[in-house]
Amino acid sequence: MPARVVVLGGGVGGTLVANLLSKELGQEATVTVVDGTGMHLYQPGFLYVALDQANALWLTRDERTLLRKNVGLVVDQATKIDPVAQTVTLAHGETLAYDYLVVSTGSRILRDAVPGYGDTHDFYSLDGALRLREELRRFEGGRILVGVAGIPYKCPPAPVEFVLMLDEYLRKRGIRSRSSITLLSPLNRAFTIESASKLVQPIFDKQGVSLSTFFNVETVDAAKRTVSSLEGETAEYDLLVLVPPHKGSPVIEASVLGDAGGWIPTDRNTLQHKAYERIFAIGDATDLPISKSGSTAHFEAPVVASRIASFIRGTAPKTAYGGRVMCFLETGGGRATSLRFDYAHPPIPPKPSRVWHWAKWIFNRAYWVTVPQGRVG
Amino acid sequence: MTLTAPAFTKSIDARGMACPGPLLALIGAIRQGQVGDEYEVISSDAGSRTDIPAWLAKAKHELVAVVEGDGFARFIVRKAH
Repeated sequence: MPARVVVLGGGVGGTLVANLLSKELGQEATVTVVDGTGMHLYQPGFLYVALDQANALWLTRDERTLLRKNVGLVVDQATKIDPVAQTVTLAHGETLAYDYLVVSTGSRILRDAVPGYGDTHDFYSLDGALRLREELRRFEGGRILVGVAGIPYKCPPAPVEFVLMLDEYLRKRGIRSRSSITLLSPLNRAFTIESASKLVQPIFDKQGVSLSTFFNVETVDAAKRTVSSLEGETAEYDLLVLVPPHKGSPVIEASVLGDAGGWIPTDRNTLQHKAYERIFAIGDATDLPISKSGSTAHFEAPVVASRIASFIRGTAPKTAYGGRVMCFLETGGGRATSLRFDYAHPPIPPKPSRVWHWAKWIFNRAYWVTVPQGRVG
Repeated sequence: MTLTAPAFTKSIDARGMACPGPLLALIGAIRQGQVGDEYEVISSDAGSRTDIPAWLAKAKHELVAVVEGDGFARFIVRKAH
């Protein structure tokens, strides 16, 4: 009987791991993806939609069209995982049995976790990006604050990219002189990676973007138009854009398989659940203190696919995850830098240039016909 | 406190994880924790030796100990409020 592999979540990681397993194992395994919507969403595009640089239609595809024909797709919500019986229960009552399970359920945003969040803007969902786009089209100047209201959050460079691209957007609209932009950074610099921060800070200075450090947003007072930090500071705004708090998928909580944030306790090299060796986790779903990003999922998926194939064939695993991440950081003005690192090699970002901006543009456009199919490694 | 057999609320091994990095992981854990919880953060980033104490001082949480290892440091931290 073929081995049964169930993949929860049809995002970057889930789609890629399913396609790689199907290609590698053929008739040796049945591979089934379970996804609540059946639609694949390219989340890195939210930033461009919010800043009126991309059409939202570009961001979604039918998940079926991205999967190899031998991969099954069940459009339903997984509600419970039983790691002992090795089953997954679905919202409509069906139960799927698995020999190996891949949890690639991503993360969800919880705006209500911030007292006073109300109609505060964000670009961490398609709805949020579209609403922010409309607000920015109406904006006629004022104090703009951009902050982070929970950790971990997806794509750590995104707030830096947003403020620098917003600066450019306001200049094009001719209202930059009537506006101030301040990044409320959770750290004591603009960006998590010190070397990248050193590249970004002169651009902040040149473009007149302010930085408020060690400001971890805790509460919002929409009536007074103020935002307060857990470090005890308060700032005033006319337009507030926050990264909302993130949590893991409800199915992880319901199955008591995660930590307080709903993240799977994951081995940093094997990507297996620390208590259940037949459960693997990739991308945002893990508790690893590494970037929650499509890039991380992209580089973890081949490792998980290879290790599962080895287990099914009874051979020694051939690969382990070495912490590889590669992403781009837009620095405004049509320039970008790149961040490449792994557990053994810290990032050495190149000077921002048009080359990296175009590399990101091409990668974004080519995503649909490259990454899910495993055509770029 | 016995550092060889710790009973931390959470241990964060952020070695080699440049982004988001050890301090952000610690801030995230403290935000979700309870007063009195203790955390261990293992970092190979030299910047942590200044960044982590600086944030703890500003946010008024307690740095219990810093233990040097081979190419990394372990920070023991207590959520104070």
